[in-house]
Amino acid sequence: MIDTLRTVQTPEGIDLHLPVAGLIPRSLAWLIDALIRLIIYAVLGGVLLLFGDTGEGLYLLATFIIEWFYPVLFEVLRHGQTPGKRAYGIRVLHDDGTPIGWSASLIRNLLRVVDFLPLLYGFGIASMMLNRDFKRLGDLTAGTVVVYQETPLPVPAASAGKPTRPPYPLTLAEQQVIMAFAERSPALTPERAEELARLTGPLIDSRPNVIESLHGYAKWLSGEQQLADLSEPDKKPAPQPGEAA
Amino acid sequence: MKQEQFIAAHEAQWQRLEAWLRKPAGKKPAPSRATPTEFAALYRQTCQHLALARSRLYSPHLVNRLDRLVMDSHQIMYGQRRNLFKAIARYVLADFPCRVRRQWRLVLLSALLFYLPLVSMLTVIQYNPDMVYTVMNGTTLRKLEYMYNPEHRDTLGRDWERQADTDLMMFGFYVKNNTGIGFRTFASGLLLGLGTLFVVLFNGLYIGAAAGHLTQLGYNETFWSFVAGHSALELNAIVLSGAAGLQLGFAVLAPGRRTRLRALREEAQAALQLMYGAAGMFILAAIVEAFWSPLSWVPVSTKYSAGLALWAFVLLYFLWGGRRRAAG
Repeated sequence: MIDTLRTVQTPEGIDLHLPVAGLIPRSLAWLIDALIRLIIYAVLGGVLLLFGDTGEGLYLLATFIIEWFYPVLFEVLRHGQTPGKRAYGIRVLHDDGTPIGWSASLIRNLLRVVDFLPLLYGFGIASMMLNRDFKRLGDLTAGTVVVYQETPLPVPAASAGKPTRPPYPLTLAEQQVIMAFAERSPALTPERAEELARLTGPLIDSRPNVIESLHGYAKWLSGEQQLADLSEPDKKPAPQPGEAA
Repeated sequence: MKQEQFIAAHEAQWQRLEAWLRKPAGKKPAPSRATPTEFAALYRQTCQHLALARSRLYSPHLVNRLDRLVMDSHQIMYGQRRNLFKAIARYVLADFPCRVRRQWRLVLLSALLFYLPLVSMLTVIQYNPDMVYTVMNGTTLRKLEYMYNPEHRDTLGRDWERQADTDLMMFGFYVKNNTGIGFRTFASGLLLGLGTLFVVLFNGLYIGAAAGHLTQLGYNETFWSFVAGHSALELNAIVLSGAAGLQLGFAVLAPGRRTRLRALREEAQAALQLMYGAAGMFILAAIVEAFWSPLSWVPVSTKYSAGLALWAFVLLYFLWGGRRRAAG
């Protein structure tokens, strides 16, 4: 397996696919958080230290809280995301895909002390390189995993072609490739789209506008021409499970 | 069934679920909003739709949308919501002392690792004062002597750099320093317990050396009356942090019939339950140390009595606290 997907089965029997985040985005997220903390320290220091010793006492308290609990508070209260993780679209979850709670977040962040050893997250990086979910020691102990947040795919633009039946029956995989192409093609340059479309070979051999004809097949496959096709035998090779379970 | 028909048949349900997800639970529900029961039903149906959409190889866009719907609903369905204040009250009144008793072997081990070097060092220095230099250098020692010199009775517990500091300033310092040491004691237990072992032993020796040196100099009244108040909380918080760290270490060294990873995970959860309490004790100790211990107008006898009372309370709390509640 090359894909760094972590599969978790829910009690409903559905597999959730969690794309695990690796070393680079996590390091960069950490760097952003470190900078934010530095700025907070500087601002707090600038303001509080004007008030003499009392201010210094408050400053020490504030730095204590930020030093130990900055990630914990954000992770638990902001859906597993510190500002840095948010910037890189990653978040922390429990191993089973549920939102991270206080105890797991505290464990993984207290154990940063050990991950940081011997210097600059040496142990943490070694640990991340040695397991398939990129977990540092704190993650292993707390039972947490850092994943990419799923971003919604853009809604496919209404395509130009008119629903056309493909010249011969297609397998399910082929049908899906054509539908995926129709959804993706508005984001491609026309040249690249045509290049990709040509790969379908015999499907579009004799057609003048290859992209449009693929869009037409996609529309037909997704069922827009359903009423017109009712008389035709179903071309799908795989038997379909019943709708009402 | 074709994709378009499938979407047409279920679009309304998905939109209803999406509407639920947009608004976090707990806020004022709109009249049209689905009830929690309905949410559960919608979630399960959408799970089934996702399974169907996947097995029928519907278009990636649809599968992705259902995927996210299920993922987000799953987060809400299986997220944990608890009443934090109730949980804290229950922890203080019952869970904390019960946890400490349940881990009595580790707590005892940690206490021995801490108090034995402390008492030995204290005793040895009475006969051989130079032993203090085995753990402290000259500058630290001079600061220490300055802090508890009876001539500086008004600024007890502060060296020359901290003469003018306020109590609040010292409070911030104690919280940050002591609690931080506690957290590190716990975390370094992951290194096969060696980190914890070192921190606990060293702190025992160090505190013993300081106490021994000052006693040997005859600064008895200033030193012992200063530390009497917060000693019960602070020293035992170190012991508990040590116990929590050792628990991590033993999980890796001796996982029993579990895999090491599983043992580590379970023991870390249990150890954290000790750390909550230890952190609380460090902060209480800091309050006492910053606002009570340096008061020079309080008679020494009162300080000793208060210190003894706190020791008695802490011991009783750990021995009997929460017994009735846990049994009930």
